[in-house]
Amino acid sequence: MSLLQVTDLRVTLQTARGPADALRGVSFALDRGETVGLIGESGCGKSITALALMGLLPEGARVAGSIRFDASELTTLPESELCALRGRRIGMVFQEPMTALNPLHTIGRQIAEPLRLHLGLSAGEARQRALQLLERVRVPEAARRLDAYPHQLSGGQRQRVVVAIALACGPDLLIADEPTTALDVTVQREVLDLITELVDEQGMGLLLISHNLGVMARTVRRLMVMYGGSVVEAGSTESVFRRLAHPYTRALFASRPRLGLARGTRLATIPGRVPELADLPDGCPFAERCERVVDECRRVMPNEAAVASAHQVRCVRPHLEAAHA
Amino acid sequence: MPEVARPLLVADGLSRHYRLPRERLFSPAPQVRALSDVHFTLQAGKSLGIVGESGSGKSTLARLVMALEVPDAGRIVFDGQDLGTLDRAGLRQARAGFQMVFQDPYGSLDPRRKVWQTVAEPLAMLQGASRAAQREGAAGALDAVGLRAADLDKYPHEFSGGQRQRIAIARALITRPRLIVADEPVSALDVSVQAQVLNLMQDLQDRFGVTYLFISHDLGVVDLVCDEVIVLYQGRIVEHGDPDTLFRAAAHPYTRALLEAVPRLEPGAQVPPAPLPAPIDAPGGCPFAPRCAFRQDRCMREAPALRALTREHRVACHEAETILARPAGA
Repeated sequence: MSLLQVTDLRVTLQTARGPADALRGVSFALDRGETVGLIGESGCGKSITALALMGLLPEGARVAGSIRFDASELTTLPESELCALRGRRIGMVFQEPMTALNPLHTIGRQIAEPLRLHLGLSAGEARQRALQLLERVRVPEAARRLDAYPHQLSGGQRQRVVVAIALACGPDLLIADEPTTALDVTVQREVLDLITELVDEQGMGLLLISHNLGVMARTVRRLMVMYGGSVVEAGSTESVFRRLAHPYTRALFASRPRLGLARGTRLATIPGRVPELADLPDGCPFAERCERVVDECRRVMPNEAAVASAHQVRCVRPHLEAAHA
Repeated sequence: MPEVARPLLVADGLSRHYRLPRERLFSPAPQVRALSDVHFTLQAGKSLGIVGESGSGKSTLARLVMALEVPDAGRIVFDGQDLGTLDRAGLRQARAGFQMVFQDPYGSLDPRRKVWQTVAEPLAMLQGASRAAQREGAAGALDAVGLRAADLDKYPHEFSGGQRQRIAIARALITRPRLIVADEPVSALDVSVQAQVLNLMQDLQDRFGVTYLFISHDLGVVDLVCDEVIVLYQGRIVEHGDPDTLFRAAAHPYTRALLEAVPRLEPGAQVPPAPLPAPIDAPGGCPFAPRCAFRQDRCMREAPALRALTREHRVACHEAETILARPAGA
């Protein structure tokens, strides 16, 4: 059995405009040593998926379906047991390293905290281990940095510290939600390389959440494209990128400003806007913006269908020809 | 191609230093050189991209061009007028000619004001326009960016991020400026919406002949929109040229590092980055030397001046010829 098995996960959030189905039946599995990416635009449900996995959904959220992590069912696990998992067996890295760190505590203390809490290390042992971790994530002058405060570090160094905290207890699963979005490109690359290297070295499972196609291409083996609370396309990164079978995936690729386009090229656009969760239709959430829409799309959510081995698409009329010659 | 027209914008030796808080009571306050000796010219109707990472001086440059800050040295000449010589009234009058679009379409619109009030504010502030003239102007500007007159009396929260950025562009357009400084105008938007806004900005340039100073960390965006690109590193221009030259035959190691760091789509098509040498202090030397894979002894002692490689391509690197001789990405 997989390390993480998510089955038909549904999340309903309470919003100002009434209940909204933020996740509409998400299923996937993730094992140690595997890297899976969740990609999509704002409001597609990718961050809600991460929060659901960690039991950190906002007040009033209703969860249905199943999240099995090893032998535990996380959707019904009491908070105290979730606390024992988070930071120990499930590590987390968030987007904004400045808000993820406590500005009033030293770096050393924040890395030591999970070590003392979960592993019961003494203050001295935890500090020693924190120093090793800081060296491992290649923060320069690690010994001096232990006593520094977050504001004394650059953005890239802060994100390295957040990675060190997430990895402190040797988790089985690392969830990284837009870990490099706030960073400069050259730093982004270093942090991604670091995460990939550590996932490899420690045999963790990685769930990477990002809106950036290029980040996914270099980091994950398997990719899930989300839109309107559903996974609309899932497969190996290579197969998804080659086929772009769902019209949304293909439109997303086409609309990307990228190096090498002639000056003044008009980008392909996706008409309309990302739907709000409270407005999601019964049928395919992308139907209103889709070039290939037919009546059937609006009636009922399409079932998953295979377009290649281990490559599924939720679409009535997927693109069957490969996208690139 | 001889250029006879007077440039719309001239940045002439711009420098800007900021004083940092003292570290010790009796030590002198340290300074950051946010911008050092930046020269460029921009012709009307063209787009100049400014790329660089955080701390490179991009936003300082935007603030100087917008006359929101005064340079410590150098001058900004807009349409033949040195902005530093204008008095308050003169500057206010000149401001109608250059307007700005900011990164965050949520933070840049006042949530308590109706769309027409926000869009028409430059008319009210700079030209003292009447209410009727403001509404009329706002309706025209909204139309130009693809919004409807029915949107005039709505509030910002009723719009999506992409629509808000259209509102911000309408506000910048309303005085019929010749120059728009756009500071990361699409980086807060979803990919599918970025394309809509970039297409709109290009349409506006075609229709109104607007000139853009386009600040972005996204090389793909700059490549698409700009006629010329300046790469800033620690407040200095390290390379300047047209995007074709710059992105296909970059001569500065920092430009190459930026290009190599752009995540590519083809899995496995990544260019392995040149290994970075151990960081060292190089006071007086090239600011990039500590991170440079090509550095020589000379780079440690002597900061390279910006020099012309060809007529359209300037670079500040002692080793530019060596670097150019290597294929990009090798």
